[in-house]
Parts: sequence; C-alpha cells; structure tokens
Amino acid sequence: MLALDLLLQGIVQGAIYALIALGLTLIYGLLRILHVAHAALFTLGGYIGVIVTNETGSLPLALIVAMVSVGLLGIVIYRLAYKPLLDQSPLVALIASIGLFIAFEEVFRLVFGSYGLSFENPPLRTQVNLGGGLLISHSKLLVIGMAIVILSILAWLSTRTRTGIAWKATVTDSQIASSFGINIERVRYLNFFIGSALAAAAGVMVALLTNLVEPTMGAVASYKALAIIVLGGLGSVRGTLVASIAIGIVESFGTVYVGHILDRDALAFAFLVIALMIRPQGLFKAG
Amino acid sequence: MAYEVILLTTMAIMVLFALSLNVITGFCGQVSLGHAAFYGIGAYVGAMLTKAGWPLLIALLPAAGIAGLIGFFVGLMSLRVRHDFLAITTMGIAFLFVGFVRKQEWLGGEIGISGIPAFGFGRIGLLVVALACAGLFAAVTVYLKRSWMGFGFDSIADDEDTARILGIDVPRFKLWAFVIGTAGAGVAGALYAHHVRYIGPDSFGFVESVTVLAMVIIGGIGSVWAVALAAAVLSVLPLWFQFIDDYKLLIYGLLVFAVMRFSPNGIAGALQSFRRRLR
Repeated sequence: MLALDLLLQGIVQGAIYALIALGLTLIYGLLRILHVAHAALFTLGGYIGVIVTNETGSLPLALIVAMVSVGLLGIVIYRLAYKPLLDQSPLVALIASIGLFIAFEEVFRLVFGSYGLSFENPPLRTQVNLGGGLLISHSKLLVIGMAIVILSILAWLSTRTRTGIAWKATVTDSQIASSFGINIERVRYLNFFIGSALAAAAGVMVALLTNLVEPTMGAVASYKALAIIVLGGLGSVRGTLVASIAIGIVESFGTVYVGHILDRDALAFAFLVIALMIRPQGLFKAG
Repeated sequence: MAYEVILLTTMAIMVLFALSLNVITGFCGQVSLGHAAFYGIGAYVGAMLTKAGWPLLIALLPAAGIAGLIGFFVGLMSLRVRHDFLAITTMGIAFLFVGFVRKQEWLGGEIGISGIPAFGFGRIGLLVVALACAGLFAAVTVYLKRSWMGFGFDSIADDEDTARILGIDVPRFKLWAFVIGTAGAGVAGALYAHHVRYIGPDSFGFVESVTVLAMVIIGGIGSVWAVALAAAVLSVLPLWFQFIDDYKLLIYGLLVFAVMRFSPNGIAGALQSFRRRLR
C-alpha cells in the first residue's frame, strides 16, 4: 500500500513539474536560452490565483486570469529582455535571466509581504477513495487532470492547426520557416505566451496543494525545472514529460528509502547526474 | 578600522573565488553552475582541520587538495556532457554536496559548524593571507593565460571539435582547468570559513554558485583584471546598499540584468568599446 501511495504522490509531483518544465522546454527549443525567470512567472501565477479566488470566490476564473495575465507578462519579458540578447552568447541571457529572477522575487516580497498568502476557504480539500484504502484529495486529482488536459490541447495545437505547424517549423529551422512566409516573431510571442501561461497554471496548482504562496516558492521551480528539461533532452516535449514524472517518482520513493543520506533535491540531482553519465544527450533526442 | 578590514577580507576572498571559476568558465569555456560546492568543500575541510588543532596556513593545502580532487572527477564528467548539459550537471553536483552535508551528523548537519577558531594572527593577519592568496592566484592565472596551456584552453573555449582535430589534447586541458579552478575555490572556501567562523549547508547553495558566475560574466569572460574588479565591487555592493535596506536585493538583481542587457560583454567589453570610441 505504501508503494502505491508513494507512486501516486510521485505522479502528482511529476504532473506539477511537467507543467512548469514544459513552458521552459518550449522556450529553450525555440530560442536556446535557459529562462530562469520562468520560475518568477510561476510564483506570480500562484499569487494571482490566490488573490482572485479570495476576491471572487471562483477558482476557474482565477486560473484563467492568472494564465492570461502571466502569459502577457511573458511576452513583455521576451520583448524587453531576451529579444535584444538573441545574438549574444547564451550565457549572457542566462545571467540576465537570473538577475530578473532575483528582482522579481524581491518585488513579490515587497508587494505581497514576506509571509505569504493562503486561500480564505481552501477549495477542493475533500478526499476521494480510489478503492483499497488509497485516498487522494480532489485538488491532487485536479492537478493530474489539468496536466492531461493541457498536454492534450498542446498536442492538438501543434499537430492539427496552422499555427502549431508554423511553430514546429520555426523550432526546426527558423530561417527556412521564415522564407516560407512564417512570421517568426509572431511564433516567438505565442511561444512565450503559452509557456508563461503554463507556468502560471502550475503556480495555481501548487498553491492549491500547499494552500500557501510565498515569494520564494519559485526557487525550487527555477533549478529543478532546468534539471528536468536537460534530462528530457533539452527541447524535447516528450522527454520533458517522461523526465518530470520520473523525477517526481524518484523523489517520492527516495525520500522514504534513502532520505537519511540525501535530501529531496540531492536525490533528484543524483538521478540526473547518473542518467546524464549514461545518456549524455538526455533521455530523448531534441525535436 | 575593523569594519574596513572585514570588508577588504570579504573582497579578497570573493576575488579569489571568482578568479578560480574564471579558469574553468572564462579560459576553458566550461560553464559551471555549481562552483559553490568546491568553495563549500574547502570551507568544510578547513574548518574540520583547524577545529582538530591544525594551523590554518597548513589546513589550506588539504582544502585545496580535496576540492581539486573532487574537481578532477567533475572534470571527468565534463568529458562526457557538454554545454548546457554540463552547466546543469555541475548544478546537480552542487545540490548533491549540499544535500549530503545536510544529512551528515559529523559535519554538523543542518546546523552547520560553529566556533571555528580564529586565525592565529588576528583579523589583519587573515586579510594579509587572503590578499596574498588572491594575488598569487591572479598572478598564476595571468601566467597561465599566456602559456601554452592558456592557448589550449582558448582553443577549447573557441571550438572544441576543431581543437581536437588540430591535435590539442582536449581531455587533459579540461581536467587541468577543473583541477586548478576547483583547488582555488577550495582555498577561498577555507579562508571564508575562518573569516565568518560559522558555516552551514545554506552558505554554499545555488545562489552562491550563481553569484560567482555572475561576477565572472559581468567582469567579462576570461579577463583576469576585469573579473577581479567585478568580484571586488559586487561582493561589497549589498553592504553599500545598506541604506536602502529593503530594496538592496532588488537593486542588485536589476543591476545584474541591466549590465547584461546593455553591455553583454561585461565591464571588459564596455571599456574596450569606450576606448575604441576615443580613438
């Protein structure tokens, strides 16, 4: 029973990692920059989710507001921060991104206070019995459901619509795509919008699970999401999914069985380092 | 007076730390997001040894040696993974180090090591040692840069595959870069431990790794004096901003961002283009 419980816990954690890391993968796949400030958008999503829910009492509305507004902010960040740095070494964008992330965290602390916010009436706290004494809360079910729905929409977008095909073409070879009349700049804006909106959705989900948003909640997202996209093969959407779930499960089992030697983060990274030594290009090839 | 001595010691230690990363990232082009781990290894080795009665000056050697030895193994990893993959692998090493230390009772666990003995020759003595170490390391790296090894580093940073075709022994140079760089960080760490006289797992986290990388890049990759200058300024910047206490990290973050946004080649690059404009 413990094993099943841990597996479920790992999948829930993995679903959240997937939502955060997917946006990062999309951005890396297109622009080859490690977008650390993505984690700040995740935090902001959490804050907007909690504040709007508390004001209006509607969680779905909060989710939509968070995703749209954070998505727009993602576009602004691309336009003001990354676009001018695209022809520089990727390190420059990385450090700029880290600077932005520090600044954002401080803004959250100054604006929302350092103690964090909670839901006034935490939604979806009730438990469901999955049979055999395996209990899961509605909020966790929602997290898994959200991940599945969002991923399906993305898969549909990228294979069945003109926009999605333009997007894939740009990722594969932006120069040729542009000579076929694809507006590269539009694709990049769309990419940042979707990626940032996904981060916001993940922020709201984490807020639901822990019933707490605080200025530093993005720290975990900042480095672990980087590890996940690298493990997945940098830029591979399928790889990111597998890596997210794998890290989630390794963490939930590891903290129980080897938690006395290494802490949670170290376990995830031990797994990452070993996996990369065996497969230096990540679990899946990018594409 | 005492305040200035502490400030200068902090500066000297950070300059040494940044210069050590500069060998790996600046000279040899291998990005490390986990350099604080080696700073931490040096700090723990140094602190354990002086608590066991060793004099600091002698404890510096094993601190450098053990950090360099582990750096050698991480260097071996750099032969297997490259670019962004290497950056994230080194970040992983740093988290492994912190996660490991956190769970070890004999290393103080979560609480860390306190009551590290003061340096026998006092605060001024420590400042002199720190300045000497930083100066010596700077001199060594300036020499390295001009030597055949520096040329090898340069070629790897530029284009590893071409370097290999030209017959440059890429693995050997990479390993040297890692050993020299991590040993330097070990010395810096041991000095740091005796400067603040308390260390814990949180003193060597991701933020510290990123901060030192920011110093190297803001200075201007590869340039010894510019990296030293950036490290000296950035290490005491938060202290100068004390008067705007609540906003100091915000300003720091924005400053890091602004330097990259408006002068992507760092201080060295900005001065170079300024000089060109004068002509």
